[in-house]
Amino acid sequence: MLKYIKGHLTSIDGIEIFPIISLVIFFSFFIGMLYYLYKIDNKTVNEIKNIPLEEEEK
Amino acid sequence: MEVEKFYYDNKIVKYFLIATAFWGIIGMLVGLTAALELVWPELNAASWLSFGRIRPLHTNAVIFAFVGNGIFTGVYYSLQRLLKTRMWSDKLSWINFWGWQIAICTAVISLPMGISTSNEYAELEWIQDIVITIIWVVWGVNMFGTILTRRVKHMYVAIWFYIATFVTVAVLHLFRSFELPFSLLHSYPAFSGVQDALIQWWYGHNAVAFFLTTPYLGLMYYFVPKAANRPVFSYRLSIIHFWSLIFIYIWAGPHHLLYTALPDWAQSLGVVFSLMLIFPSWGGMLNGLLTLRGVWDKVRDDVVLKFMVVAITCYGMATFEGPMLSLKNVSWIAHYTDWIPAHVHVGALGWNGMLTFGMLYWLVPKMWGTKLFSKSLANTHFWIGTLGILLWTIPMYWAGFTQSLMWKEFAADGTLANPNFLETVTQLRPFYMMRALGGLLYVTGPCIMVYNLVKTAKQGTFVPDEAAEAAPLVNTEATPGEHWHSKIERKPLKFLLLALIAILIGGVFEIAPTILVKDNIPTIASIKPMTPLELEGQAIYIREGCNNCHSQMVRPFRDEVKRYGEYSKGGEYVYAYPHLWGSKRTGPDLFRSGKGNAMNKSEAWHYKHMLSPRTTSEGSIMPDYFWLTDKLDYSLIKARIGALRTLGVPYPEGYEAQAEADLLKQANEVLELVKADPDIENARADMEVIAIIAYLERLGSDIHNEVKTEK
Repeated sequence: MLKYIKGHLTSIDGIEIFPIISLVIFFSFFIGMLYYLYKIDNKTVNEIKNIPLEEEEK
Repeated sequence: MEVEKFYYDNKIVKYFLIATAFWGIIGMLVGLTAALELVWPELNAASWLSFGRIRPLHTNAVIFAFVGNGIFTGVYYSLQRLLKTRMWSDKLSWINFWGWQIAICTAVISLPMGISTSNEYAELEWIQDIVITIIWVVWGVNMFGTILTRRVKHMYVAIWFYIATFVTVAVLHLFRSFELPFSLLHSYPAFSGVQDALIQWWYGHNAVAFFLTTPYLGLMYYFVPKAANRPVFSYRLSIIHFWSLIFIYIWAGPHHLLYTALPDWAQSLGVVFSLMLIFPSWGGMLNGLLTLRGVWDKVRDDVVLKFMVVAITCYGMATFEGPMLSLKNVSWIAHYTDWIPAHVHVGALGWNGMLTFGMLYWLVPKMWGTKLFSKSLANTHFWIGTLGILLWTIPMYWAGFTQSLMWKEFAADGTLANPNFLETVTQLRPFYMMRALGGLLYVTGPCIMVYNLVKTAKQGTFVPDEAAEAAPLVNTEATPGEHWHSKIERKPLKFLLLALIAILIGGVFEIAPTILVKDNIPTIASIKPMTPLELEGQAIYIREGCNNCHSQMVRPFRDEVKRYGEYSKGGEYVYAYPHLWGSKRTGPDLFRSGKGNAMNKSEAWHYKHMLSPRTTSEGSIMPDYFWLTDKLDYSLIKARIGALRTLGVPYPEGYEAQAEADLLKQANEVLELVKADPDIENARADMEVIAIIAYLERLGSDIHNEVKTEK
């Protein structure tokens, strides 16, 4: 099994594109995240923030 | 809506809590013993007690037993409450608990016996790896079952950290444990040399990231707001913290291999990502500390908050130091010195230790429905713990600089100012004493804590099943106009997948090219596989944990080339299963200890030095390896050769049949050379020490051989 994996991986073509793909994924993910943080409303934020505190006060 | 009544499982939390305290004290005491052995080498009184074997026991015990149980304690407590439901399966909870303790117990036996893969923080053998994998999956299944049956719409940020911990540790563990077993208790790693080293530090660094950091950040996001009774400073910041941390951390591993034979592009990648890591780390630290805004006065008399503030501060210091240490010019000074253990212990004693103690001081009164037995004892613990951290780390920072400067110092005539490595060791003894004292102080803390918590528990009553009620979760469907992140926060499996992708990108894009692209490790024609006797010698080298104090990697520095000889080339390690580069030089580097190198010593010298180091090297702190006079057991040699051939080492087909004869022949040759010294009388060819001498005499010598090319 080891041989299969070790030998097989060497045959990946166009491995040079890997870094570019990863940069694009990185970049778009973080842009998406920042956009979300900008859009999210404060009511939801406060609701989630208080989850740990609300549980046993009653 | 009608509320449902249910019960939180406190009993499982109680068991994990007890295990945390128990293994914490054991792990720290083993560490203290190891620290004392570096001051008084006579304490290495038996093979199973020797430094090379108990150092991995210490690291495994504090990481996987102390912090591991700490993670489970906190997760089992907080997960139920954050999701307003009992753990999904009591049965799985208990398999998780007992399975984990059994795995730890096997390590407590196997590591002192010298059963080890040599890979730092992954020393356990393949069969133990399988047990750990099963237990880990059991925990994951139980956690996801709980998340899927929750009564709260959103997953609080702490849970994301738990999920990331689960998935990443699983990936790391599987990849690092990719090994070829050749007996019940032995295996070779799938890759050799440079590739093995890269995988090791991808694993090693991320074990710190995803076992010691992310789960504890999850605990911080739950227990700090609880203890302060205020919500976390910024929920938005916690989202940035989470995603950037897991995206970036996974790339940082190669900073452990700066200036080594690892390809330069991989080193640079490690440096860049390590530097970036300061932002999420400090974002998280500030988020923790700023949670206390407006209630700083509480920190004065709430001992739980005191522990947590020191913990978060230590996290901040360690995560500032980490990126700095990954700069090549800082690593040049720090790597292989005592600076590294100092850095690690700011994290371990400060961040993990203090946060665990804070959590336990908060949990016990809560779960037993009472007040803490003694505030002043807890305060005493806090102060001696903090003092212990300082006394441990400051002397080690000092020692690290001393060591590094002494290694690198040149006299006016261009020779090394300290040509004998030993001069740099004896200089450090006072620092090692202070470190041991710091450790002693620190471990006193949890002992006081256990007394205090037992007394606390006695004055209260424990409720194994704590009643609670909440409305069931009817609709987790999307509300119109809702954002995708809000959606995935409610969909744990999708969340898991995203987290997995985030960490796999780092792993795949960094490791795959090194393994795939052959040009990264130029082969050297004169490098040949080890002989059977040398293979047995390497096995003993691993069994005794020599790699805990000796590196096998000469870096291309003026002083190292002068001291050890030719710097190491990646191609010299193609048959090194495992790589054995080491991470610390308590003793000198051994890569050029073989024949043909300037630092080469005779067989007779090695024989005397191994059995009684102080007869050849006064002031040495190496253990007396008197048990190496035992008879060499070479019953596995055929299996070794077969396994290595499977992995790609070019032993001829059928060489197994000849291996034993070759082994005995070489042992007799080494014996003759040992006996050249008239003082040596009792040496025999079948001693273990003969094999390890053969191994050391071979290390780094092939490169000097001429290669005859056939035309």
